[in-house]
Amino acid sequence: MWTWNAARGKHDKDKMVTIFIENTPYNTREGKNLLHACLDLGFDIPYFCWHPALGSVGACRQCAVKQFRDDKDTKGKIIMSCMTPVKNGLRISIDDAEVSRFRASVIEWLMLNHPHDCPVCDEAGECHLQDMTVMTGHVYRKTLFSKRTYRNQYLGPFVNHEMNRCIQCYRCVRYYRDTAGGRDLNVFSAHDRVYFGRYKDGVLESEFSGNLVEICPTGVFTDATCKKYYTRPWDLQTAPSVCIHCSIGCNTLPGQRYGLLRRVRNRFNGEVNGYFLCDRGRYGYEFVNSPDRIRMPVLRRTGGNGSISTLASSEEVNAYFKDLFHFGTRAIGVGSPRASLESNFALRTLVGLESFYSGMSAADSRLISLITTILKNGPAPSPSLLDIAQADAVLVLGEDISNTGPRAALAVRQAVRQDAMKISDALDIPRWNDCAVKYAVRDAKSPLFIATPASTRLDDIALGTYRATPADIARFGFSIAHALHAKAPQAKGLSHDTHSLVNEIAKMLKEAEKPVILSGTGCRSEAVVQAAANIAWALNELGRHAGLCYVVPECNSLGLGLMGGGSIEEAFSEINSSDADTLIILERDLYGLYDKTTVDAFLKRIKHIIVLDCLPTETSSQAHLLLPAATFAEADGTFVNNEGRAQRFYKICAQSGEVRESWRWIIEMLRAAGNSDAFAMDSIDAINKKMAGDIPAFRTVADAAPAASFRINGMKIPRQPHRYSGRTSMHAHISVHEPKTIDDTGSPLAFSMEGYDGMPPPSLITRYWTPGWNSVQALDKYQSEVGGPLRGGNPGIRLFRSPEKGTSQYFRQVPEPAEGKPGEWLVIPLYHIFGSEQWSMISPSIAELAAKPYVALTGADMMRLNVADNDIVTVVCGGSSMNLPVHQIESLPQGVAGLPFGLPGMKWFDFLSWCRIVSPVKKEKRAGGHKKQ
Amino acid sequence: MIKEKPLTNNIRPGKPPLNVREYEMAGGYQGLRKAISSYEPEEITDLVVRSNLLGRGGGGFSAGRKWSLIPMGEKAPRTKYVIANTDEMEPGSFKDRYLIEGDPHQLVEGMIISGYAIQAEIGYIFLRKDYGRVAEKLQVAITEAYENHYLGRNIMGSGFNFKLSIHISAGRYICGEDTALLDALEGGRGIPRAKPPHTTTVGLWGKPTVVNNAETVCNIPHIVDKGVEWYRSLSHTDEGGTKIYGISGKVNRPGAWELPMGTTMREILEEHAGGMKQGFRFRGALPGGASSHFVTEEHLDTRMDFASMEKAGSRLGTGTIVLLDDSKCPVGMVLNLQQFFCRESCGWCTPCREGLPWIVRTLEAVEQGRGTREDIAMLQSHTSLLGTGNTFCALAPGAMFSLQSALSLFREDFEQHVDLERCPWKT
Amino acid sequence: MSTDEGGMMLSQEETREIVSEIRHALNKGSVAIEALKVIQKYRGWVPDDAIEEVAGLLDMTPAELDSRATFYSLIFRQPVGKHVILICDSVSCWLMGYEDIKKHLIERLGIGMGETTGDGKFTLLPAACLGACDEAPAMMLNETLYTNLTPSRVDEILAKY
Repeated sequence: MWTWNAARGKHDKDKMVTIFIENTPYNTREGKNLLHACLDLGFDIPYFCWHPALGSVGACRQCAVKQFRDDKDTKGKIIMSCMTPVKNGLRISIDDAEVSRFRASVIEWLMLNHPHDCPVCDEAGECHLQDMTVMTGHVYRKTLFSKRTYRNQYLGPFVNHEMNRCIQCYRCVRYYRDTAGGRDLNVFSAHDRVYFGRYKDGVLESEFSGNLVEICPTGVFTDATCKKYYTRPWDLQTAPSVCIHCSIGCNTLPGQRYGLLRRVRNRFNGEVNGYFLCDRGRYGYEFVNSPDRIRMPVLRRTGGNGSISTLASSEEVNAYFKDLFHFGTRAIGVGSPRASLESNFALRTLVGLESFYSGMSAADSRLISLITTILKNGPAPSPSLLDIAQADAVLVLGEDISNTGPRAALAVRQAVRQDAMKISDALDIPRWNDCAVKYAVRDAKSPLFIATPASTRLDDIALGTYRATPADIARFGFSIAHALHAKAPQAKGLSHDTHSLVNEIAKMLKEAEKPVILSGTGCRSEAVVQAAANIAWALNELGRHAGLCYVVPECNSLGLGLMGGGSIEEAFSEINSSDADTLIILERDLYGLYDKTTVDAFLKRIKHIIVLDCLPTETSSQAHLLLPAATFAEADGTFVNNEGRAQRFYKICAQSGEVRESWRWIIEMLRAAGNSDAFAMDSIDAINKKMAGDIPAFRTVADAAPAASFRINGMKIPRQPHRYSGRTSMHAHISVHEPKTIDDTGSPLAFSMEGYDGMPPPSLITRYWTPGWNSVQALDKYQSEVGGPLRGGNPGIRLFRSPEKGTSQYFRQVPEPAEGKPGEWLVIPLYHIFGSEQWSMISPSIAELAAKPYVALTGADMMRLNVADNDIVTVVCGGSSMNLPVHQIESLPQGVAGLPFGLPGMKWFDFLSWCRIVSPVKKEKRAGGHKKQ
Repeated sequence: MIKEKPLTNNIRPGKPPLNVREYEMAGGYQGLRKAISSYEPEEITDLVVRSNLLGRGGGGFSAGRKWSLIPMGEKAPRTKYVIANTDEMEPGSFKDRYLIEGDPHQLVEGMIISGYAIQAEIGYIFLRKDYGRVAEKLQVAITEAYENHYLGRNIMGSGFNFKLSIHISAGRYICGEDTALLDALEGGRGIPRAKPPHTTTVGLWGKPTVVNNAETVCNIPHIVDKGVEWYRSLSHTDEGGTKIYGISGKVNRPGAWELPMGTTMREILEEHAGGMKQGFRFRGALPGGASSHFVTEEHLDTRMDFASMEKAGSRLGTGTIVLLDDSKCPVGMVLNLQQFFCRESCGWCTPCREGLPWIVRTLEAVEQGRGTREDIAMLQSHTSLLGTGNTFCALAPGAMFSLQSALSLFREDFEQHVDLERCPWKT
Repeated sequence: MSTDEGGMMLSQEETREIVSEIRHALNKGSVAIEALKVIQKYRGWVPDDAIEEVAGLLDMTPAELDSRATFYSLIFRQPVGKHVILICDSVSCWLMGYEDIKKHLIERLGIGMGETTGDGKFTLLPAACLGACDEAPAMMLNETLYTNLTPSRVDEILAKY
């Protein structure tokens, strides 16, 4: 992600220059291009091919202005502002008649072939081409010639292709190839037949393909999932939200109409996701609309003939609560790293800290606790994605970030371009001059090194890779730390080649100024986490500004890490040893964390099981009382991302049926219990206040967003645009009475068109719009500098900062060399962006692309077992056994079996334990190669 | 005044070109010898600057000045490149083919000296695909040069290494644009590049590169061999050297001739081309190939050098004249020219990609008698809308030269097509 | 020149020539156009599966290679006849009788511009200025340049093929 920060390549940091626009002087910072500078100064200049994240190429010619030599020059000459560096004394006119006519001509040229699709085009209403057409004043078509047409391609379930609308701005291929690293989208042919698409129809390969729908200034690339239930953008109700599908915490703007979530768009956060989302985050929303949603409480009574489930009325629910809590029950609560801080904290308050469990397995719990400690107390700061994108060396230790934290992988792709820009800086090429930088820099890259058990999607830009078991990766990491700083412990018994590699990486990290170490919980190994910390600390000893980033499993894992609470195993034992008879499970499927036998046994011991969730799971089917929990779309709350940033999300639509935020249900339970806290915790603000008081780590959590009472000139901030239509007729088929607007008492936002229509504080932005700017380009006006942070700062608040200089207490427990077990394989998890995360898999588009269950082995192991690709084997691990097809992944180490994590249909496996693999009994010896018969 | 014709001295029409021995005997590779033994690289550049050799591809930029922008010295980026642009596809131009087919060693020698001057170790001759005959002859010359140690390592014991090879394109006029040529040479799509940075800073593979027209390069050996004063004395004006001028169209002797720089159009037309063919009258000419402005009778005495042609409201371009006679419709000629440019647009920038097809369809309508006065106004306005600086490269502005001058000089012809609703030249 | 659908793997010669180009080049991608011309030399045009195979040899994706192939006018991505006629339609040839030659070819061959004769022998395509302006009108037939064309000279030339 190229940002304005990166543009400060060579020039003095804040050197200001004076330029003249319409003979009036303005101050601007040197180093920008003129278009950028004028937009920052508030001038409206039309543009297409320029983009803050992509730089300038000068192709569309739309941004033309007139330059004058001095104040006597009346003729001037037309220049392209995006390609002109700002210089002291530069004198231009935007309104000059000749150049205004030229700009209108550019639109006229584009309109020669642009179809009159507006009434039927998805983009209408937020179309940059529409806006620029209006801005330039071109109105009437003067020609009668027919328009050129193209055939469209099928590009997969995410992105729709409509080539007739193309204005050949080249943004799509520049983004897709240069930013996202995709290689299957390109430009074909020449002159007025240029075509943007794939070599042949087929699913776009990049996991960031969805950003095309926002990068494209017209309706060539549009959201294919939104098309199914299409709604005009001005009819969408939108609110600021946070993605729940991984721990990176990208900011989003989901849109809803008629009770259905229609789409998810990017919400700019200059320090997290910037302009881009991954496809899982953009398209994983359809679970919110699932017909299987739990919308009413369900009571399950076991009687003589088994159990009967009935919908419960609110009286029945209240009665249940009263029976249980008022008369005193010993309750334990299992929270969830997928649920908001507020819901988890309410549960913790209800059951008490000693009976509150984080909803993480013991392994996860230890990992998260370790990571939290490292980030809070160690001297290496947790970098934002912006920091990662500007790193000049990156080491990935153990984590397949392309699948566990995809947006971070996109940031790494930007990082490897940064250092190489020193080459173009030395040639005086401004960083925004996109093509010139590329011609000068070529394939030069900053170093990236990846140490993971299997190959990753970032391998194509890596300087080198190291493939090994988690334990060996940890040893590798420890050795790098030792090579950097002798005080750090080292691993013994490394091979000669591995040793050279260690030294090479240590050298590469040492030569960098801002290296980043990326690791996480993916390997399920504390040793890997510790090794990463050692490396970052060793670098800090050497005076480098090293960042240490951990990708963790869920959107609020770090939040739970800060909140405390025992692991699920500890919950199991408490049940065994105590007299707890009520279990409250908050938005968690225990069967996804443990084998069926253990969970069954656990649940059997409990008299009253209350489950709060949004969709049925195996756990929810065991509930005695099942309460409908709101999804992110119907809830307000706070998540803490992997960086330690607390971010507030707001409900897109009002709650329907009995669906409510989990914390509201829990407050009811608190009330029934007569708990005095309940009366103080009647809102997010109140819960946050208590949380801040009870848990020092959350001291500043309320600063993530303004209080619910926040108003601007007495007005709330509307979720609906001022062109929201059909308000009075939407329900006319039910009743002609205009329904009362639903009041949102819990936030400064309103379910209404009415309210403050200016720019709200950054965490309350519900959409981007300013007069004349209806498309996503309106975001320009919300930033203090186009491409830079939002006015008022980027949303979210870092809950902790690493100490400036800590003493690096290196972790000293270096694992022993990993030894294989004859006849057994080490089970490691393999992650899938499409497949490993539960709720996104309910979107048909994502399920279509998801992997199916398999067991992965390297070729040599397959030969030992005498199996070929796709043969079915039986994997036996602990108590679980499952028949799975074999997939060959050559990069895997020998003796390692990779099982996909979290795929529907996969049984629970104990990762990092050992398994046996039984090949089919009837085996014909295959002569020669191992080809399928 | 008898002037020497160094560029075409060795050319024997109808016979194979001089081989390396013959070339040496005619004085060939003397320039190279002198360059390497008597001059420092920067001194060669200085010679070329002072010779006032202007780019023969049509740009007219001082070749020596271009060379002087190349970073020199120990710390200069390596490898540097010299490239001969022989993508000659400008309609009406055939001078480079004439020169290289006729005397390939001259180009080879020029390339080696150019390489030496800027301390480039690799040279390419970028040749269009249709010049297969040229490629064969050039390859023979290059092989001979290697065999005789004019190419390769340690040339003439100087320590200077230089490799030269031919790169054959796959079509597309835009590849003749210097920066698009680099793109094509790198295996890309042949899209021009914005300047700055110039190719002398960021060129082939991001390294300092000089791109010269083939005819320009052919002048180099002679400048070094016989010196600046001699070279400048060959010209009628202060733009140095001789020029290959050509004429095509209905003249008695279409062809190419080496003449002093600054020869008048009239001399070329009447003396060398033998005047108009019987039965045809001169109506106008494009002096520099397709990307130049029409001139009429009154301009025939203009000297054909860069400065004089500009003053006369046209440009020298490639110096190959295309003649419009009175049997051909000027609107049809302009239409043909615009069809060429439209088809050859690379598709990168809006005005060229969308404007040229609009111009072509409008001209077709006018030419076929379906046009209106508004169409003529639209064509007129496009001549300034597609002006230099408004587009990404010079293709579209070049296309507008002929359209703009035709609308000015042949206005009545355009209006007749509209008023008569047919082409007066078609019966 | 083959008029086959071209659905076959790279021949030994094709592979050898392309590999040789790679060996002399700075990097594999830079010989993309050379490689395409090698295929066209043997097959007359560049079919889809050649794009896919050559891309593999050059460490490119088919999209990247085809992006280049479709840009260049002399790389044919559709089948052509045994002999390709490239008739210059630029201004000097236009002044000297191109339209008559074109009309004659169209009548003689019975096809339009861009088409191939039914017997697969000739494909007729326009060409940009061939640099033979002083001997206009001109055309190329395969790799050979023919100038000073007249309808009867065209007939003589075609008879040789």
